[in-house]
Amino acid sequence: MKHEIVEKNVGLLAVLILVAISFGGLAEVVPLFFQKQTTEPVEGLKPLTALELEGRDIYRREGCVGCHSQMVRPFRAETERYGHYNVAGEQVYEHNFLWGSKRTGPDLARVGGRYSDDWHRAHLYNPRDVVPESIMPAYPWLFKNTLDGESTPAKMRTLRQLGVPYNDEDIATATEDVRGTQEITALVAYLQQLGTVLEGTR
Amino acid sequence: MNNLWGDSLSSFWSAWIIVITLGTIALSVWILFANRRTDKTPDADGNVETTGHPADGIEEYDNALPQWWFKLFVLTVIFALGYLVFYPGLGNYAGILGWSQESQWEKEVADAEERFTPIFAQYQETPIPELARDAEAMRVAERVYLNNCAVCHGSNAQGGYGFPNLTDDDWLYGGEPENIMMTLNNGRNGLMPAWQQLGENNIENLTQYVLSMSDEEHDAERAASGESTFLAACAACHTPSGTGNIALGAPNLTDNVWLYLAPGQSVADSVRQTLRNGRNGHMPAQAAYIGEERVHLVAAYVYSLRFND
Repeated sequence: MKHEIVEKNVGLLAVLILVAISFGGLAEVVPLFFQKQTTEPVEGLKPLTALELEGRDIYRREGCVGCHSQMVRPFRAETERYGHYNVAGEQVYEHNFLWGSKRTGPDLARVGGRYSDDWHRAHLYNPRDVVPESIMPAYPWLFKNTLDGESTPAKMRTLRQLGVPYNDEDIATATEDVRGTQEITALVAYLQQLGTVLEGTR
Repeated sequence: MNNLWGDSLSSFWSAWIIVITLGTIALSVWILFANRRTDKTPDADGNVETTGHPADGIEEYDNALPQWWFKLFVLTVIFALGYLVFYPGLGNYAGILGWSQESQWEKEVADAEERFTPIFAQYQETPIPELARDAEAMRVAERVYLNNCAVCHGSNAQGGYGFPNLTDDDWLYGGEPENIMMTLNNGRNGLMPAWQQLGENNIENLTQYVLSMSDEEHDAERAASGESTFLAACAACHTPSGTGNIALGAPNLTDNVWLYLAPGQSVADSVRQTLRNGRNGHMPAQAAYIGEERVHLVAAYVYSLRFND
């Protein structure tokens, strides 16, 4: 009848459930917090500029991550098409990660530099204009909306608390850097830097 | 690109993982065996004491796990231990198979290279005009084209608004094999400056003059006044006769091919827009993405498009 004790004490049951499910995390996740491989940036990694950061937030707002992964896995079929597989050191300044889990469209982890800015603008305005077969939605409002940059410094300060090395000057000029810019410009700036830090990765 | 997978774990974290992993397995086995037998035995009438949880008059027995279930559970433990012997799982222990994600990827790539290198080497040695006639090579090349070039130039290679058509005879930077190779290897940056400073009147005259070069409908009087401005401002790149210059990527203005003609736009409006705001064409360099051998192959594909009339 010993399990009756557990079954009739919700608090004890909750504690024991937590203990039971913590083993996986303790063995698989906790050691990563103390590994150079996951905590040290790759050489040349810089925090996103104010404009790229705003672009990243538009990427999140529009739900791009729902259809586009940013995770090239170490399989030949993927590295052949997208470029070098992701490495942890490239993502040290990412909060949160935008790895995604679904590819309705192609992976974007290394899309930076693949296409011209004009192509991205035409494609985001209406994907069918450049790729008639595309099923991607159009995002014409990105051309109408402009950024006011009011919250950009706050975002950068928060990221700094999480360990992203923004300096005071970056934060002081952030609003000015993005104010009045079309949203599309910010998004394209974000896309064009994706996966460009590692050299010799193709 | 060494050591992208990082350093191995410190001995503390290695031990940490080993202890938790093996400890969890040991705990599971202990729970499994500790509950193997029920402590309830039937009384003289064959009735067994239940757990005392009635639900709609049905009471719950407190029996041990069924044998088949128990045995499957034991098998999963044996599988787990076997897995941990053969594959990396216990801290820094690499497993007796020596498997890793990286080595598996390297082997896949090496196998593919062994298979494809001789084929691409053979293509590489074939001059582009000859390779463009090789139907099998062009089937391979088409796949490379579709994966890397079609997003801008279209799956039919006929381009679109701002993206050059590759199937016609109009070449911004030349259509000879060496020109195409240069474009693919190094990319191109086309720049048409904006001419707003000329004033709207001059822009209108120039527009009419440019239209007259392609025998488009135009205002002859204005076109005549535009000629001198054209010779002063435009002829340096587009040549005095307007036939363009492939060294600069300055388009031929006499062939009635309009790269920046937006859907539904009139040619005159497109020319005006170009003159007022300028244009920027950017073709990204491909060599870094697809490698020299595929550049050669896809150059032959682009060259071959002229045969498809």
